[in-house]
Amino acid sequence: MSVSEGTLAKEVAVTREEPRGGLAVAVWATLKRDLVLLLRRRSEVLNPLVFFALVITLFPIGISPDPALLAAIAPGLLWVAALLAALLSLDSLFRADYDDGSLEQLLLTPQPLALLALAKVTVHWLLTGLPLALMAPILGIMLALPAGSYAVLAISLALGSASLSLIGAIGAALTVGLSRGGVLLSLLVLPLYIPVLIFGAGAVQAAILGDGVLAHLAILGALLALALSLAPLAIAASLRISING
Amino acid sequence: MSLRLQAQSLACERDDRWLFQDLDLDIHAGEIVRVEGPNGSGKTTLLKILSGQLADYEGELFWNELPMREARDSFLSNLLYLGHAPGVKAALTPLENLAWYQALAGHGPDEESRYAALEEVGLGGFEDVPAGQLSAGQQRRVALARLLLTPRPLWVLDEPFTAIDRDGVAALEQRLVGHARRGGCVLVTTHHELSPCAELRRIRLGGGGDDVGV
Repeated sequence: MSVSEGTLAKEVAVTREEPRGGLAVAVWATLKRDLVLLLRRRSEVLNPLVFFALVITLFPIGISPDPALLAAIAPGLLWVAALLAALLSLDSLFRADYDDGSLEQLLLTPQPLALLALAKVTVHWLLTGLPLALMAPILGIMLALPAGSYAVLAISLALGSASLSLIGAIGAALTVGLSRGGVLLSLLVLPLYIPVLIFGAGAVQAAILGDGVLAHLAILGALLALALSLAPLAIAASLRISING
Repeated sequence: MSLRLQAQSLACERDDRWLFQDLDLDIHAGEIVRVEGPNGSGKTTLLKILSGQLADYEGELFWNELPMREARDSFLSNLLYLGHAPGVKAALTPLENLAWYQALAGHGPDEESRYAALEEVGLGGFEDVPAGQLSAGQQRRVALARLLLTPRPLWVLDEPFTAIDRDGVAALEQRLVGHARRGGCVLVTTHHELSPCAELRRIRLGGGGDDVGV
């Protein structure tokens, strides 16, 4: 290491104003970094998917292989299992960043923290919620889910799990400073998951009964819009509280 | 505009114990301010307060004469903070780690300057090795490469010499002095004895008592 005089001199001498134009660059870089990180630690990505598959596999064995009975409870089962699988993966959302000090660096950037946090949540959804939604129709076959409801199942899960990731991230941000925040995280987040669960499972049920599913999907979309606009701010505020503690 | 960080009657309490009370600070461009004190005397806490990370304190902070609350954005875009934890991802290579920090600072991807910064801190040839396979000192050097990569006037460094070898320490010391001479400002905690120079100023925090001398 040697001191290179002169090169930085001009920039150092005066205090700088904020480079606002860099926001897109920063958000994109955060997205890319988190994607690369998760793809290199594949077990973390696979854990919730394996959990989802195992739970759904066990139900026909545990309850009854009767297709009529299974078809009646399939929408709820698939949704509850996917919800718990998503919850399982939440605890690690900010944990690694907190442990290695990159979270405090994230908080010290002049860029708006809410948008950077949104980038992290997007990655979480891309590698948890979206794969769960794509996997669900395959597992639906195992539960004798009636034909015609598979597409609705995948769409409702894709929409709903995005809300779940956003809401769950608030809880993850609040508990990141605690050494064993897992249980507390579930308690905080589960009550807020209930509306998403009701309308998600309701959409699939409606598809089976032949009712209109659009109303349910529209409400899921509205919940997502609400979470998308408010959750990033809440996540940012929660992260600041956690770092302060 | 020259840089000025002020604190007025700063006080911080942790677990019913005053870490420091009535601490007045006035830090200007061209200074290296070393915060001293035994373990647990509040050095890291003071640095976190001064870098705007902790809100749990009494007193006022001013950045260029403006209250910190109003000047936060301008303050953050002038600050480079290196904490206790190096903030280096074990699964990413040094190049990828620096790319993220570069983007966070609002700069576009510039691979050449990243290679140059890593070369400067003695990590030439390790650019594409996952940071988890590097030694603690090398990981610290990855973090220190940010000093070269992101030109910011105010450096707040918490124990930057940890795990760095003797040559590295000397070079880093030289770099701190160079930064101060170019009009920057360095706020540092370290147990390592810095060689005396005109720019160096010391702040001593008491060992758990109320006495705080400046």
